[in-house]
Amino acid sequence: MPTVSVSRKRPLLSRIPVVHQVRQSVGLQRGMLLAGLAITGIFLIAAFFAPAIAPYGFSQLHDASGSFGAQQPPSPAHIWGTTVGGYDVFSRVVWGSQTALGVIVVSVVLSIFAGIFLGLVSGYFGGWLDRVLVVVCDAVYAFPSLLLAIVMSIVISGGQSKLWGGILAAAISITVVFIPQYFRVIRAEAVRIKAEAYVESARVVGAGNGRIMFRHVLRNATRTLPLIFTLNSSEAILTLAGLGFLGFGIEPTAASEWGYDLNKALSDVTSGIWWTALYPGLAIVLVVLGVTLVGESLNDLADPRLRGRRAVAKASGDVAETSVVPGGTLAAPGGVGELEGAGLLGDDGIEVRS
Amino acid sequence: MTTTVTGAKAPTGPEPSAPASARRRRRRSSGGLARYIVIRAVLILPTIFILVSLVFFLMRSTGDPITAALGGRLTPDQLAVRIHAAGYDRPLLVQYFEYLGQIFTGNFGTTLSDNQPVTEILTHYGSATLELAFYSLIVAFIVGIPLGMVAAYFRDRGRDAALRVFAILCYATPVFFAGLLLKLIFSIWLDVLPVAGRASTGSELQMELLPHKTGIYLIDAFQTGSMAVVGDVLQHAVLPAVALGLLTAGVFLRLVRTNVIGTLSTDYVDAARSRGVGEFRLVRKHAYRPALIPIITVIGLQIALLLGGAVLTETTFEWKGLGFELAHYLQARDFVAVQGMVALLAVIVAVTNFVVDIIAALIDPRVRY
Amino acid sequence: MTNVVEIEELGVSFATDAGAVKAVDGVSLTVAEGEVLAIVGESGSGKTVTAKTILGLLPETATASGAVLLTSRDNQSTTDVIAVSKQRLREVRGRDVAMVFQEPSTALNPVYPVGWQIAEGLRAHGSYSRSEARERAIEVMRLVGIPEPEVRVKYYPHQFSGGQKQRIVIAMALVLNPGLIVADEPTTALDVTVQAEILDLLRRCRDEFGAAIVLITHNMGVVADLADRVAVMYQGKVIEQADSRTLFSAPREEYTKRLLAAVPHVGQGRAITRERADTRAEGWSGQAPVVEAKGLRIQYPGRLGRPGFVAVDDVSFQILPGEVLGLVGESGSGKTTTGRAIAGLTRVTGGSLRVLGHEMNGIREREFRKSRKDIGFVFQDPASSFNPLLTIAECVAEPLIVHGRARDPQAARARVDELLEAVQLPRAYGERFPHELSGGQRQRASLARALALDPQLLIADEPTSALDVSVQARVLELFAELQRELGFAALFISHDLAVVDLLADRIGVLYQGRLVEEGTGEAVLESPKDRYTQRLLASLPVPDPAVQAQRRQRLHELRAPLA
Repeated sequence: MPTVSVSRKRPLLSRIPVVHQVRQSVGLQRGMLLAGLAITGIFLIAAFFAPAIAPYGFSQLHDASGSFGAQQPPSPAHIWGTTVGGYDVFSRVVWGSQTALGVIVVSVVLSIFAGIFLGLVSGYFGGWLDRVLVVVCDAVYAFPSLLLAIVMSIVISGGQSKLWGGILAAAISITVVFIPQYFRVIRAEAVRIKAEAYVESARVVGAGNGRIMFRHVLRNATRTLPLIFTLNSSEAILTLAGLGFLGFGIEPTAASEWGYDLNKALSDVTSGIWWTALYPGLAIVLVVLGVTLVGESLNDLADPRLRGRRAVAKASGDVAETSVVPGGTLAAPGGVGELEGAGLLGDDGIEVRS
Repeated sequence: MTTTVTGAKAPTGPEPSAPASARRRRRRSSGGLARYIVIRAVLILPTIFILVSLVFFLMRSTGDPITAALGGRLTPDQLAVRIHAAGYDRPLLVQYFEYLGQIFTGNFGTTLSDNQPVTEILTHYGSATLELAFYSLIVAFIVGIPLGMVAAYFRDRGRDAALRVFAILCYATPVFFAGLLLKLIFSIWLDVLPVAGRASTGSELQMELLPHKTGIYLIDAFQTGSMAVVGDVLQHAVLPAVALGLLTAGVFLRLVRTNVIGTLSTDYVDAARSRGVGEFRLVRKHAYRPALIPIITVIGLQIALLLGGAVLTETTFEWKGLGFELAHYLQARDFVAVQGMVALLAVIVAVTNFVVDIIAALIDPRVRY
Repeated sequence: MTNVVEIEELGVSFATDAGAVKAVDGVSLTVAEGEVLAIVGESGSGKTVTAKTILGLLPETATASGAVLLTSRDNQSTTDVIAVSKQRLREVRGRDVAMVFQEPSTALNPVYPVGWQIAEGLRAHGSYSRSEARERAIEVMRLVGIPEPEVRVKYYPHQFSGGQKQRIVIAMALVLNPGLIVADEPTTALDVTVQAEILDLLRRCRDEFGAAIVLITHNMGVVADLADRVAVMYQGKVIEQADSRTLFSAPREEYTKRLLAAVPHVGQGRAITRERADTRAEGWSGQAPVVEAKGLRIQYPGRLGRPGFVAVDDVSFQILPGEVLGLVGESGSGKTTTGRAIAGLTRVTGGSLRVLGHEMNGIREREFRKSRKDIGFVFQDPASSFNPLLTIAECVAEPLIVHGRARDPQAARARVDELLEAVQLPRAYGERFPHELSGGQRQRASLARALALDPQLLIADEPTSALDVSVQARVLELFAELQRELGFAALFISHDLAVVDLLADRIGVLYQGRLVEEGTGEAVLESPKDRYTQRLLASLPVPDPAVQAQRRQRLHELRAPLA
């Protein structure tokens, strides 16, 4: 049986997306990436282990010792206090991470598939379909995403947040907002790649559209997706919170949602009650901060212009050891053809443009 | 250096040189600015048409607005009478074309709950939103653009990292949370700024009596001639402007930083450096100005973010503008009003984007000539 | 005579993803007043890095050691660029040393008028009033041969042609009358006829303004035209230094000799062509042509109802089986468009183009697809002609799979190995990814892919223009060998007359979309009839200083406006 003999030189570990980038990064860039990863990690842990971490349920109003009481300041029993509705703030913040994660996953997954498909077809084939889709997506893209999400959530749930269909409703609302973004990115990539010599080469060879689209264009077009994924995740959280704040979120009995809690805390602030607003708000800020830090760092690392590199010791003898042509011949014995090992150096972009 | 040009050295004939790409670029720009403006203006119409249609069909796909608003409160018979009276029982397409016709004549419908024309809401509350957007754009420009240049100048050093985290924080903080925090600190704990509203009742009364009200409080305050009123209006504006402005400032900061770093690695910056131009001037003149063109285009898209943010900010600070009203109608489940206002906002967004694109074209000499 | 710049034991290292890379290693050079020193070398030799070090323009990822001593024109001050403070460096730049860049269209800031940019250099070094600075900008623009400088001082860069932009870049370098100008590949981005004009201008910088020039180039013809002295760099070291005549007539180092031998020059291909013509069977010329163009016209669609750009206009030629036609022309001449039309990548809009019996004007892709197995195409840019996610073997197998010769890359492997061997790549390279190959290796793999199905016609679009000269020689040799063995007809597109001469049986010269001359290599190159061909030929610098001086004379005589 013939085995696929594809030898990749990089070790397995560094082929896992983020691990490779962490190794590649240096200095402050590495610091920002690691900080982002740490915060995102905490968020994920909170979401997965919410039942174990949270002392109470998200809609629990009393325990064995009686009712929690409304607007109680932080105390040993309720370390972050209780809300105007009588819920435990800490528990709601922890449970809220589960809701946020669910919405992110559903919305991003839905929009990725729809957006990629439309973008690929539109960018590759061009023509009138492309023009129409571009105008539609540009129009939707330019429109305030929060307003669109509101309209969508009215459509989906009639503006009433029912049982946990609310999560789905919020996720789908956000999906509709995101599709144009994925569409734009993938379409732009498809248009760019379509003009690359290797696609033209496939066309000269006589490959059909399907083969070109999936074997050559799609695989190369999806490289930027991890980046958009992180950036959109943060936007999903903000949109969800915005919806919740305007009263289109999820009922407190259905799930915990940070934006809804902030809405309820609006009047608390005027009377100086800070804990009901502070903690859910901080949760939003931290998660968005973490995810965005990861996304921005990945972006910088993917762009050689923005990527930082380790400083080199002042040019000295020992550097020369590691210096020259990787894998090429140093001296040029034999034919002139041997000289072209030197061409490899050019690939580092040093000679050409430094 | 007093040499004169001798005959042999003067350029001879048309140089068959210009790289194909350059030639193509020149051809494209030869039509001039006027042509560009016309084409761009024509493009507004499909945008508005698409958004208005989208909103109409989405809002109506779940049923008629009367059932949505009064659903549980009236008997089915009463509902049917109301629906028939408003014409919501006709075929959807008939209603759609009627709606398009109305919008074409500038009629965005009448609210269900308080029977007000939507355009009336705009004239009433638009000025407040305009004022808020203006203040927050000032904050965003003052904070975002210089800091973006500073971050680009110190790229990958401590100051840059700090500024980037600041930018992400600006963006990561929902405006309503930023608003709540600002309120808590400055209005409740320090008690130096007002909690909410556009002006105190006294000032509003004074402005109400003016013969030529503009609705833009700052202008009206100056009209009253009382510095106390002006101060009062400005005090009320500080917190909302900062809350909304910082959100946009974070976006601007990142945008300016990335674009300036991008242009800093171009040849023409190196060329200017080789002429002995100082580093700071390189950032300020050579890198910033070319970076400005993509920046302005993106700023156009930020108008949408700003409007979305205005809804939340106005709700947080009870700033009686379009966003506050929209939230109010949402709460009242008055979807006729919501549909009208969203359609109206679509028109506003499309027109602002047009204006921003024209500004970008004016800055780019490749389009201007 | 004093030296304008003395470089002592210069070493430069870069931080890259792969760790530290030493680009320049112990380089020592001097440039005397009013002298042109050419630093030649192939990519990766460290010549550009050396040049940028003279102005202290290294990026932050670089560290330098040694000394670069710059002496000002009045001999008043000497500065070590490597050790000096930022402030001092700023003062030296532009006043003692200036730079001319490779790509004039990126070296000018697109959003400022050129006059403003010239004046900026002045204002950075002293106080000038606005009108003084403007006067000086106009003066220097006139000196470099910009017509009507009073008007054009207010123009933006995009309003100038490529050659004029390079003149303006040179004007910027001259404005403070520096003792040294560093010119980094100043003519590489320009067409050959414009190149000759810019070289004349640089010569005037030396002769009339007394500026010394450090000329960085890979083009031996340019060296022969302009340089007084030559330094050859290889892998970060200067391996040979000599005055220009000595270097070309009696090179000392083996590398230099090979480098010079690899430069193609007009006239080399004649013997081969004649030999081939002699061995052709009788009745060969009566065969049906593989490609036949009659009044071919290709117009790109314009935007929004505007007339499109006519890239090819009324062009007629034919390629017989087994024949190599070379198409030569400068940028915008329509040579690439013609090649793409034959491969069915660009729509024909007028006239007739028959390829392998198909009329291409109005053909549908579906009808043409079967014939694609008989056409091979080699693209210009070796960096982008392979899908970065597939191995070389998978890429080369692609045509075999598409045309049903093999089910999957494994089944095609035997043929792929054969092909790789034919283009002299080790079999093991099939497992590598495109980025793991050098430019020349990739271009050979590209040739293997084009030949996978034994095509009757091969189209090569500037296949060697992105390669170093020694690599180019190897690829051209391989191309000729394979053509001899396999006997395919070929269209070889290039901007370089010498390269085309090496391979082609017949040569066509395109100028602004029209075929101005066509004939055998001998006829076109030895007795060109068209004025443009004559000028093109005369503009091509040859790697021999003595001969080049004579040719320059001839070119100046030809420099009348083209009809």
